[in-house]
Amino acid sequence: MGLNRDVSLLTGLRYKGQGPMLTFVLHRIGGLGMGIFVTTHILASFLGGEAGAFLNAIYENWAFQIFIFFCALFHAINGLRITILDLFPKLIEHHREAIWIEWAVFLPTFGIAALVITMTALGG
Amino acid sequence: MNSSKSRNLSLSERGLNFETLMWFFTRLSALAMYALILFGMIGALVMGARNQMNFADVMRWAFMPNVTHVQSTNVPDLAPWVSVFWKSVAGLLLLVASAHGVHGLVVIADDYIAGVNGRKVIRLLSIVMLVSVSAIGLYVIWTS
Repeated sequence: MGLNRDVSLLTGLRYKGQGPMLTFVLHRIGGLGMGIFVTTHILASFLGGEAGAFLNAIYENWAFQIFIFFCALFHAINGLRITILDLFPKLIEHHREAIWIEWAVFLPTFGIAALVITMTALGG
Repeated sequence: MNSSKSRNLSLSERGLNFETLMWFFTRLSALAMYALILFGMIGALVMGARNQMNFADVMRWAFMPNVTHVQSTNVPDLAPWVSVFWKSVAGLLLLVASAHGVHGLVVIADDYIAGVNGRKVIRLLSIVMLVSVSAIGLYVIWTS
């Protein structure tokens, strides 16, 4: 069996999926980021020692914390939108408006947190 | 504009299989994680986190109510934070989150691996990953 889509990476990147496509891609990046982060974090706690300290040093870095906060917050807010639209299918008619609400919640929340993390890291 | 109207098919028309159940589980576990994280935040405030922890520390505790996430704070008495109750809440959050996450990895892998054998390998690996991550995580939570 098996599907053969016959679509190159370049064609895929040029796909104009607009807003919904962007949330799909970011949801995936966020999910993968958290999956890798949480798995290595559990392993670091389990192993301890030098390897654990090395891994802990990576996620205590402020730049990494901004990245993982982006992953967690976007995945959580976008996931809540998907859950609400899927459990109440009549709302799917308004799916584009739902994405705008999502950004209105995400951008200030993430922006303020990223600003505070950066200012603290730069000593101010 | 008819195509944008939602359709409501009954379960017998739609077909009920493992993938449908996991689709539903992914949504329900998202809500469950929201509830557990809120529960952890409220629990932290009840145990007096307002005076000894900043918001980042409370969030770290809420995302996984594990005592090692409060050790570096100014909380004087760790006993309430290390109880069997909070270890159970942390264990529940771990199991829900790892099942949600590993199934998500299978969904992503299915988009790139379309062959029947490849998908079997992905499913086998995902079961191994789910069992090992859950076991190691539960060990870390219960021995900390």
